[in-house]
Amino acid sequence: MKFVDEFRAPELIAKAGEEIRRLADPARHYRIMEVCGGHTHAIYRFGLKDLLPENVELIHGPGCPVCVLPMGRIDDGLSLAAEPNFIFAAFGDMMRVPGTHGSPLEYKARGMDVRIVYSPADSLKLARNNPEKHVMFFAIGFETTAPSTALTLVRAKAEGLKNFSVFCNHVTIIPAIRAILDSPDMRLDGFVGPGHVSTVIGCRPYDWIAQDEGKPVVVSGFEPLDILQSIVMLLRQMRNGEAKVENQYKRVVPWEGNRAALRAMGEVFELRPYFEWRGLGFISQSALKIRASYAQWDSEQRFSVPGVRVTDPKAAQCGEVLKGVLKPAQCKLFGRECTPEQPVGALMVSSEGSCAAYYNYEHRKPIEIANAMGR
Amino acid sequence: MATTTVAKIRFREPQIEMAHGAGGKASRRLVEGLFAPILFGAGHGPLGDAAHIQINGTRIGMTTDSFVVKPLRFPGGSIGELAINGTVNDLAVSGARAEAIVVTYVLEAGLSTDVLEAEVRAMAMAAEKAGVRIAGGDTKVVEHGKADGMYITTTGIGRLMPGVEITPQSVKAGDKVLLSGPIGDHGITILLARGELDLEAELFSDTRSVLALVETLVGEAGEGVRWMRDPTRGGVATSLNELARDCGKAVVLFEEKIPIRDSVRGACELLGLDPLHIANEGQFLAIVSAELAEAGLRALRATPGGEDAEIIGEVREEPACAVSVTTLYGGNRLVDMLVGDPLPRIC
Repeated sequence: MKFVDEFRAPELIAKAGEEIRRLADPARHYRIMEVCGGHTHAIYRFGLKDLLPENVELIHGPGCPVCVLPMGRIDDGLSLAAEPNFIFAAFGDMMRVPGTHGSPLEYKARGMDVRIVYSPADSLKLARNNPEKHVMFFAIGFETTAPSTALTLVRAKAEGLKNFSVFCNHVTIIPAIRAILDSPDMRLDGFVGPGHVSTVIGCRPYDWIAQDEGKPVVVSGFEPLDILQSIVMLLRQMRNGEAKVENQYKRVVPWEGNRAALRAMGEVFELRPYFEWRGLGFISQSALKIRASYAQWDSEQRFSVPGVRVTDPKAAQCGEVLKGVLKPAQCKLFGRECTPEQPVGALMVSSEGSCAAYYNYEHRKPIEIANAMGR
Repeated sequence: MATTTVAKIRFREPQIEMAHGAGGKASRRLVEGLFAPILFGAGHGPLGDAAHIQINGTRIGMTTDSFVVKPLRFPGGSIGELAINGTVNDLAVSGARAEAIVVTYVLEAGLSTDVLEAEVRAMAMAAEKAGVRIAGGDTKVVEHGKADGMYITTTGIGRLMPGVEITPQSVKAGDKVLLSGPIGDHGITILLARGELDLEAELFSDTRSVLALVETLVGEAGEGVRWMRDPTRGGVATSLNELARDCGKAVVLFEEKIPIRDSVRGACELLGLDPLHIANEGQFLAIVSAELAEAGLRALRATPGGEDAEIIGEVREEPACAVSVTTLYGGNRLVDMLVGDPLPRIC
């Protein structure tokens, strides 16, 4: 496949692996965070960890939109969807995320109208085709998916579509990175920067990480070679005592970002004063809400939302895993009470969640396999 | 009939979800936790694709399968064709040659006669191709809105092929994993045929009878063939995980050896699916002893429809009960069973 196979060529991968071993100082331990869940997934899926020397450690970051969504928001969304003549539309990733009384998929099995859509525009189509019903798109994601939600809302307004609204859970990546760097138990040496988010916001918003925090950032693509090259670039900066923002994903990410997408977001969204993140708690100015001029298409402004707050089960250590303090398997529930099929914490749900990636792809101890198999 | 001791019911889930029919872990929990303990009692063996029973000294294989695919017709096949091939294949991979099939139709009031006739003809044609007789049937009609046009159940019996013993317990470290051809065609074709995704590709379901290929393999490597399975719902990953668990060994696959069409690979990349979890309706997996695997592969490749067969992996002792893939770069990852039901109903 064009633009895929080139970045998976075994000989290039092997070369990048050698380069990493050459650059890594054996006297030093490197802790590199890949911010994005897509990177986490690729690292496990392609077994890239096996190609790194032991002293280059990858820490999985908060960039998995499903994982950082608190359960209260899911309960809120599902409580609206219980209304008659309501269609709850969301991305497939959302379908197995547990709310207090079940996941959207379980609600569907009980007879509620829950649909998987592959883009917000598809939910608009649903609304047009079902004029007697109200279609609510349960929007999640970072700046990657926010522009398409924005454009969908612009479209809905232009068409005067009355039976459509968005339950907005969009969040922004920079405050999450700041929260992680501010967290006292965290030691990081550099970042593999998010690829898809950066296609929208560009590379400048990371400047402070390099300048103020002194940590290198390399915005990276998602193929195996991309990720290894980014690690090479990070190690090279560290060896030279530098800290700057570099762009490995130039074939997709423009340095200045995508102005049209940013404009659409500005038209439709404003920052919420604060928003709760799963595992990270309340972070100020870290999420988007729909502007008053689009109130009619905002589920939260249009309907009364209970505003549920649900604390995560005490035993689940999603927060520590999300911040990279704990490895997935170090959580007490991992592989026992919490599995991809019956997740307790959201990190186990999305394929981008580090727990699910670890569970699905990493060699587990025989006891965990036996538990998972229900023996 | 002897009374069976009812084993402990381990299935504790309050209601049936779509995932219980998806062929993955949830299906297995339902079958092993509820059906098997009540129907077969304690101490039943591993559950295969078909039951083996003995009547007056003749050993026969018997199996049944229901088809609830939506849409009814799709590129490369239709529900009628699937219903015959599915049962012929379940018998074939259990080492039996399908002799006769009976059919039950559950029809939805309002179904057009043309659609029904087309499916009945498709079944007749598939049966002729597979060399099996349709020996009888039954029809029920349910209210409009209660079935997606039609559901079909087929039940087949067949005579066991001589000289072949299919049991997971006979699988040994060093055995090879054979695959009859490219994976994922059926599942991705159905997914695209539903038209819910704005994706198009030149793809056709692989639905076909694998009986001729199975007979070729058994003819060439009979005593070396230890286990076979047609990787339908849940895909290759689920079938091999069931094997790994039943035989207590490790299955290691070589990523570069697994045949996948570019269009299937592309669709999987876009949708975030693992081709190893995607359903097939015209392929089979076989575990063959190391000595006879190459000969078996050559024979398969020389048979029409088996040109793309490959040895895709091998059985090892460790890590026990698990399936893993050696990636193109020598890295390693675990391959789990299908979890949940990421896809629409596909067979």
